[in-house]
Amino acid sequence: MRLQKNTSLALYSVLEFASDPSRHISAAEIAEKYGVSPHHLAKVLSELAHAGVVESVRGVGGGYRFAGNARRLTLMDVIGMFEEFSSPEADRTDSGDLTPVGRALGVVLSEIDEIAKATFSSITFATMLRLIERQQRDAAAARATAATRATTRTP
Amino acid sequence: MTATRSARPAEGTARKTRELSPQPAAATVAVRPVRLGDLDQIVTLDARVTGLEKRSYWQSLYRRYGAPTQAERQFLVAEAGGRVVGFVIGEVRDWEFGSPPCGWVFAIDVHPEARLAGVGARLLSAICAGFRRAGVRKVRTMLSRDNNLILSFFRSQGMMAGPFIPLEMDLES
Ligand SMILES: CC(C)(COP(=O)(O)OP(=O)(O)OC[C@H]1O[C@@H](n2cnc3c(N)ncnc32)[C@H](O)[C@@H]1OP(=O)(O)O)[C@@H](O)C(=O)NCCC(=O)NCCS
Repeated sequence: MRLQKNTSLALYSVLEFASDPSRHISAAEIAEKYGVSPHHLAKVLSELAHAGVVESVRGVGGGYRFAGNARRLTLMDVIGMFEEFSSPEADRTDSGDLTPVGRALGVVLSEIDEIAKATFSSITFATMLRLIERQQRDAAAARATAATRATTRTP
Repeated sequence: MTATRSARPAEGTARKTRELSPQPAAATVAVRPVRLGDLDQIVTLDARVTGLEKRSYWQSLYRRYGAPTQAERQFLVAEAGGRVVGFVIGEVRDWEFGSPPCGWVFAIDVHPEARLAGVGARLLSAICAGFRRAGVRKVRTMLSRDNNLILSFFRSQGMMAGPFIPLEMDLES
């Protein structure tokens, strides 16, 4: 599954902010890190500010900082600001959808939607930050093992 | 999932993100194997959480899982101030559907008034320590996808979706 661009940008941004809630970060800094236009990102950030997830910081440096509760804010809370999980019964109203084949396909698609929803709704930003940390640790450990192997091979 | 939504604030998000209750100080909680004398409190706790009193079910779980001598089966309680404030039950399951033996957690409950103080995390880490002693290196559980509370709890403890998909069907009469 892929998230829409704005949704991914919002998630990247919230993770940046939540990883250090005391830090003010400018739109330009995040835009550069993720290779997107600052103009595009500005819209996403103002949406997050509107929802109270981040707050804008006035004055020198400006930017935004985290204003949410990383232990309670879920991925679904942020995703839901930018895109919608269709509720298949209500949305599937094309003529094909109402045929037995269309209905059966709808059942399968809604199974996938329900699992995705449960997943996004149960992962908080605190849980995500721990996951990121764990991946960094695993990657560092893998690099260390590879380095040890390389040095033992070349005396 | 589909359809771009004109970005509008999710209702309740701001409120939700601001209700920051600080983590209560971890109470002095002891985790230990269940005793017969705990059963009444466990039955009451379960009835409060699930809305159903199932005394004989808990008695039979006690008989099966309550013996503290077996490393493969664990029934642990968290005790604070002389009261049972939570419990966890699990066992080592061997080679189910070809998967190597692993620890299964099949029940966990913390008294509603004792929640969010780290009791659930203590119970889970105690049962995981027991599983490690029993020689397994993986722990699993199965949850209702509608129970966001317990899903969030297990995810916060590092659990991710495993490689199995639960399937079911109605049996026609
Ligand atoms: C799930 C449960 C065991 C958690 O117990 P607990 O003692 O409150 O959990 P902890 O205090 O150890 O919390 C650990 C983490 O779980 C997550 N968590 C717990 N409650 C949460 C909640 N209400 N919302 C979001 N995350 C939550 C958090 O990440 C928390 O860490 P944090 O406090 O640093 O944010 C408890 O809420 C419970 O018994 N719920 C009912 C379970 C149930 O339905 N049982 C019947 C089926 S078996």
